[in-house]
Amino acid sequence: MTFASFLLQLLNGLSSASALFLVAAGLTLIFGVTRIVNFAHGSLYMLGAYVAYGAGDALAGMIGRGGASFWLGLLIAALAVAIIGALIEVVLLKRLYAAPELLQLIATFGVVLIVRDGVLAAFGAEDLLGPRAPGFAGTFSLFGHPVPQYDLFLMTVGPIVLVALTMLVTRTRFGVLIRAASENRALAAALGIDETRLFTAVFALGAFLAGLAGALQLPREPANLGMDLPTVADAFVVTVVGGLGSIPGAFLAALIIALTKSMCIALGNMEIAGIGFAFPKLTLMAEFVVMAIVLALKPQGLLGKPPAAPTTTVLPEQRELVRAPGRRDAVIAGTLVAALAALPFLGDDYAVVLATDILVAALFAASLQFLIGAGGMTSFGHAAYFGVGAYFAAVAVKHALPMPASLALAPVGGLLAAVVFGWFCVRLSGVYLAMLTLAFAQIVWSIAFQWDSVTGGSNGLVGVWPPPMLSARTHYYALALAVVAIGLAALLRLSRSPFGFALRGARDSPLRAAALGIDVPRTQWRAFALAGLFAGLAGGLFAFSKGSISPETLAIPRSVDALVMVLLGGLNALFGPLIGATVFTWLADWLARITEYWRAGLGILILLLVLAFPMGIGGAVARLTKR
Amino acid sequence: MTAVRIALAALAAVALPLSAQTIKFGELNSYKVFPAFLEPYKKGMELAVDEVNAAGGVLGQKVEVVVRDDNGTPGDAVRVAEELTSREKVVLLMGTFASNVGLAVSDFAKQRKVPFLASEPLSDKIVWEGGNKYTYRLRPSTFMQTQMLVPEAAKLGKKRWAIVYPNYEYGQSATAAFKKQMNVTQSGGLVFIELAVPLGKIDPGPVVQALIDAQPDAIFSSLFGPDLARFVREGQLRGLFKDRPVFNLLGGEPEYLDPLKDEAPVGWYVTGYPWYAIATPEHQRFLKAYQAKFNDYPRLGSVVGYSAVIAAAAAVKKAGSTDPEKIVAALSGLTFVSPFGSVTFRPIDHQSTMGAYVGRTAVKDGKGVMVDWKYADGKDYQPTDAVVRTLRPQ
Repeated sequence: MTFASFLLQLLNGLSSASALFLVAAGLTLIFGVTRIVNFAHGSLYMLGAYVAYGAGDALAGMIGRGGASFWLGLLIAALAVAIIGALIEVVLLKRLYAAPELLQLIATFGVVLIVRDGVLAAFGAEDLLGPRAPGFAGTFSLFGHPVPQYDLFLMTVGPIVLVALTMLVTRTRFGVLIRAASENRALAAALGIDETRLFTAVFALGAFLAGLAGALQLPREPANLGMDLPTVADAFVVTVVGGLGSIPGAFLAALIIALTKSMCIALGNMEIAGIGFAFPKLTLMAEFVVMAIVLALKPQGLLGKPPAAPTTTVLPEQRELVRAPGRRDAVIAGTLVAALAALPFLGDDYAVVLATDILVAALFAASLQFLIGAGGMTSFGHAAYFGVGAYFAAVAVKHALPMPASLALAPVGGLLAAVVFGWFCVRLSGVYLAMLTLAFAQIVWSIAFQWDSVTGGSNGLVGVWPPPMLSARTHYYALALAVVAIGLAALLRLSRSPFGFALRGARDSPLRAAALGIDVPRTQWRAFALAGLFAGLAGGLFAFSKGSISPETLAIPRSVDALVMVLLGGLNALFGPLIGATVFTWLADWLARITEYWRAGLGILILLLVLAFPMGIGGAVARLTKR
Repeated sequence: MTAVRIALAALAAVALPLSAQTIKFGELNSYKVFPAFLEPYKKGMELAVDEVNAAGGVLGQKVEVVVRDDNGTPGDAVRVAEELTSREKVVLLMGTFASNVGLAVSDFAKQRKVPFLASEPLSDKIVWEGGNKYTYRLRPSTFMQTQMLVPEAAKLGKKRWAIVYPNYEYGQSATAAFKKQMNVTQSGGLVFIELAVPLGKIDPGPVVQALIDAQPDAIFSSLFGPDLARFVREGQLRGLFKDRPVFNLLGGEPEYLDPLKDEAPVGWYVTGYPWYAIATPEHQRFLKAYQAKFNDYPRLGSVVGYSAVIAAAAAVKKAGSTDPEKIVAALSGLTFVSPFGSVTFRPIDHQSTMGAYVGRTAVKDGKGVMVDWKYADGKDYQPTDAVVRTLRPQ
């Protein structure tokens, strides 16, 4: 690589950084003030690109294609997305400010599903390549190489937005209110600041930035339906690396990540000490490696401040202990197991298959519920332990280990992964902790995705079937039922054990727990390991029920599914995971059969459930029966 | 809007119970993950079902395709495959898009002893390393499509090749196949510079600059979809393609060429589907019927979906029964007429001889088209039988 090409790659990195910053700025702004982890930010970005395309096209029909139609379309897109953002806030999120923070995440996840199907219905399936930006369509020459003018334009937009936002926050009354609300929400409200209007305004501003970022991307990439989730993952990473709520931090983080990626590509395939390194392949996980390193060194991100007011992940009501299972619960559980054991005799083979899926999902969700509910530690990357468990089982069985031994290795795999990752994670708290779990999950995912000789790479491994004795659907179901019932009972027993109480103490008041002689980090670490163990066991059951595994078992959507199940069921509800897993799996299966637009349907139902049962279905049932 | 659609769909599901006297094909695919390809695919299937039933159906019964979304994941795919086989009692499974899903369903078919017609996944493993008795594959594989481009590439006599590919099975096997075949066809001294990019997330600036710095004589790419569009735009701006021949697998498929409109690259060597220019009677008949039914032109997905249903119907007809073992036996050596002409499922590895159109890209009336094309019949782009036997578990 010559010096000139190094500089050119630096420029590429800068323009990518600018684009990345624009998306992340809105996210960090929204989080800083409202504490909402807006999962739908990528969807707003995608909407920005689509609306800019549509508006630009419509305007071109009216006033002719040119600078005016393009830039006006861009502005319309950003404004339209701002309005959509405000609507989401007013109609949906406003009703959830009293609910656990995580519930807002799930609600925005519902929005993701609806937006994706809505865009498909409105704009069609084909990718839409917009025009090049008028005025910046060509190139200029640098070291004899042509460089797109639009790159230069993007490079300036980022810093302009950075300065404008900084001025807004530091120099205006609106900015003072924003800062007041992000410092201490309750005090700001007590001083007469109209929180509701402020939140709507901030959310709209954040959405505006997302829409603008999407629209500005149009000259570089076609509007397409795959823009949402990768974008929001990137934006999360930038936001967290920079420090949640810090706009300059987001800028710095975007720079570091974009430059790292462009340098990985520039380095190409190299040989270091006789070993070949394909640096471009690292781009799959570069940002997550950066995030893991930054968080290990600076738990609040690069420029983040420790939260002034203590943030909690659970409401007082949700902190109630999981009830000691009483006689009635034992009767319910017994009846349930008996009913489930009778299912195969109905003669509907598919019901058995679906029930197996539900049981596996319930155990997976229960392990996450244990971590979040009892441990107070939110994991956005719980699929890592599920997936590692599945891979351990699958790799073992492919190496001719008998199935029972392979299945027994699954929890070991989950445990090992959780012991290693947990050691780092328990040093953080709140969203930072959650994001570090996500980083680890993505790193594991990209290893599984590329380690062809062991994991089968992107294809995964096939032929992971149980032995003939268990291969009948009903037989495997019986095994799954037994394992899951024991797993759920064990998790329940654990959360009622002295260890479980110590864990709750550490969650609710680390200081007092420490004063009582509880080693808080060690207790949380153990909880992490246990959650990993049970997730791994669920993963092993999953592998043999499907006969194959692929990196998808480790991917973000699986982690999100588990979160949705836990929250639908109720964070501390006794039968929560089982209820959540049943409702979610069954709904998804049912909707996919009756409508092409099943994603949107699922999104709408999730929103309705979240609005109707902010404490989860299990929580609502518990309250009703208490009266 | 969506709610209305759901309500209507639910109503339709309740109000129109299909007669029990149908032969059901179970189709599962990643409709929401790859809609650009799979919406036309679904239309192709609908057309084929109409035609088969208008001609009296199969074994005296109407044919019905039961469609399920596999959500793009092997886990969900296996679940809907279970549903299709156990509850819907389909006589065979068909569909799938991504290699990992295709391989998982293929393995499921082997386990549950159900015929599976893998219509779309390109992975070589489906018929070779992972091949099994119950699985047949319709589309030309990654190997075959690469093989179709190699003769032209070798003719150019270029020594230094840059290869850019999406970093997963399809891109990796295309790259491996290209390198191997080039070394066989064009003797000696070839240099390959490889650049893997994350699927759907190519960062075009650095990638194009890195390729320019590598100073290749020619480029081989297996990019598609949004990645391809970004690569083309950035590459044209930065002059990457100036005086460099470019070969792009799948680049001529309307799904990926059409979005580029007047910015479609000129002179690239691609595999694809020039629907506007194929004058064979089989294709003309298909084209007219498709346009009459949908008031839209067919994409490659339409041809694949259409052909898959025709092939499945032909297999059941030949088997004379809905017995899975008989259908599997019937698929071996089955010949049917696709819009691309006559196609046979090779008994040796269960790969169909469906081919692809190979040609060069051009821009005409503000649209990307293929010119100087010819039909590459799949039967001519296979390894020798001896090689196939070493690749496939016997």
